[in-house]
Amino acid sequence: MSENIIDPATAADTSAASDAEASGPIVDLSGVTFGYTATPVIEDVSLTVDSGEYVAIVGPNGSGKSTLMRLMLGLLGPDAGTARLFGADADRFGDGERVGYVAQQATAAEEMPITVREVVKMGRFPYVAVGNLPAEGSGVDDLFEDPIGTTRRTANAVSGRLTDADWAIVDDALTTVGMSAFADRRIGQLSGGQRQRVFIARALAGEADLLVLDEPTVGVDAESVDAFYDLLDALNDAGITVILIEHDLGAVVEHADRVVCLNREVYFDGPADEFVESDALARAFGTGARFLAGGAE
Amino acid sequence: MSDPLTVALVTWLLAAVDGSAAVALQGGLAGVGEVVFGALLWLLDQWYWLMDWVYYVTGVEMLNPRYRYMHRAVLVGLCVGVMAPLIGTFLVHRQLALIGDALAHTAFAGVAVGLFLNAVIDLGVSPYLTAVVVAMIAALFIELISETTDAYNDVSMAIVLSTGFALGTTLISLNAGGLAVGVNQFLFGNLSTVSPQSAAILIVLFAVIVGTVAVTRNELLYVTFDETAAEVSGIPVNWYNRVMVMLTAMVVVGAMQIMGVILVAAMLVVPVAGATQVSRSFTESLVVSVVLAELAVLLGIGVAYYGGVTAGGVIVLVAVGIYICAVGIGKLQSARGEAETPEMGTIETDGVEVDAGTGGD
Repeated sequence: MSENIIDPATAADTSAASDAEASGPIVDLSGVTFGYTATPVIEDVSLTVDSGEYVAIVGPNGSGKSTLMRLMLGLLGPDAGTARLFGADADRFGDGERVGYVAQQATAAEEMPITVREVVKMGRFPYVAVGNLPAEGSGVDDLFEDPIGTTRRTANAVSGRLTDADWAIVDDALTTVGMSAFADRRIGQLSGGQRQRVFIARALAGEADLLVLDEPTVGVDAESVDAFYDLLDALNDAGITVILIEHDLGAVVEHADRVVCLNREVYFDGPADEFVESDALARAFGTGARFLAGGAE
Repeated sequence: MSDPLTVALVTWLLAAVDGSAAVALQGGLAGVGEVVFGALLWLLDQWYWLMDWVYYVTGVEMLNPRYRYMHRAVLVGLCVGVMAPLIGTFLVHRQLALIGDALAHTAFAGVAVGLFLNAVIDLGVSPYLTAVVVAMIAALFIELISETTDAYNDVSMAIVLSTGFALGTTLISLNAGGLAVGVNQFLFGNLSTVSPQSAAILIVLFAVIVGTVAVTRNELLYVTFDETAAEVSGIPVNWYNRVMVMLTAMVVVGAMQIMGVILVAAMLVVPVAGATQVSRSFTESLVVSVVLAELAVLLGIGVAYYGGVTAGGVIVLVAVGIYICAVGIGKLQSARGEAETPEMGTIETDGVEVDAGTGGD
């Protein structure tokens, strides 16, 4: 296939490209269609998200919100159209650490013996993977000059041990979300809201530029939900791009800058205030939909 | 980033399989196989020497130098006590506890294939070796089914399990001659039949398993804890799942020698379940599960030797006893720990370092 032909220009550009990408859109979907079966779940969706935006994706159950998210993140490949993430093909995107992902509930989180700090530590894993062996200080020459140090560095890199600097980032991330006091708690002992904060901290530890949240407040008590949205607002103010998939329309209108209303295709894409006034909601959800709380009051 | 890693892993696994194949076919293959097998036997000699020392110092009758088979059984037991909970920890927390059982039963089919081939065409391979091969193929098969159907389901696991066992019994009854007698050893395990050859196979399996986990533990942990987030962060999840099930197949065959087909899955699950009760962190649970497993194995082998009973059964009973104690200790711990709840800190976003939009607006 044509993809196998290496284009020398592209190959040479790969490193330079990552700098140039920053100015382009972070997420770029154009004409994306996808279906698990012959019936498409997502049809001809085009969407771009720029750096620093706070975008909420809303839609009724089964409207393809989560599928759209999986397409954005490259977990699924589109049947038609293109999905690009940080300027690269989404399903071949290599810099996974730039994306922080927070799901509804992590599957194993309940019973697994794992501390809050160990969960946040996972954000650093892409940085300590085998492929990231430091170029300097691990060559053959260094082996003669500093055999013990080189061996230790290599062993640490191969076994994926975190450095002190990595641990400092982990602890900073915990402080940011206000969960330092819980660092040595088992994740299963936390409340839903606390657990979601920990997953945010994991994304921060990964120094993510983009935060993608899939209905993060399901099963979280009302008080914690407010605190959670405050945290998202603060992170967005600090420059992190936020894409939020949400069923709670009130919260969306109150916090997000831009709303994308989806039901197989895009019904509305624009500022949150205009969304309230538009009829997109009724068209996408059917007539019964109302704003549940917050902004519409 | 991921591609060289997977390639390296695959070549390593292939090399490992080739290596152990060479061990068993040492009669036929000169060169590499001979050297590897020789090295392993030398290692085994050092172990005998160490055990002799322990005997002279402690006077434990079980380790009398006249009983070399006991030395080998203890070695196998110690290795199993490390590798079974090591892999089991990752399996249990993905709700895959029963995959060990399924693979053990297919490994039994592998044993039957080995015995059959030896009887029919006089191949002369160790049945444990064919068991490794068949179990690893079955493991990959289960994993591929789950990848295409998007779920590990009970039904496919049950089908693989019973197919394996049915194949095994059929093959064995096909040339029933002297074979049926030898099958008990594989079904229930046996301390006294651990040959130097099968001990050598186990050492190779042990090295591959511990080495692979040591190198990939971060990725395995991430995949175990949160598969989607792991995939988002760029970890080739399917590859790690395949590696995991193949390692499971290796553990199962390794532990089969003393545990037997029917009880081998217990070593993957019971110590891990016990450790889960008492430990707070993942690292702690790994260490504790290994300690509990070693305790069960050594106590079990001791009781089996002095009491004249089957080791596999005793080991599992001891492990279950330890598990019950762990549950009790865990309950006590949480009853005492509930008292203090730390204050939740405030959100501080001033310190957030963001690289986003470096070149942007």
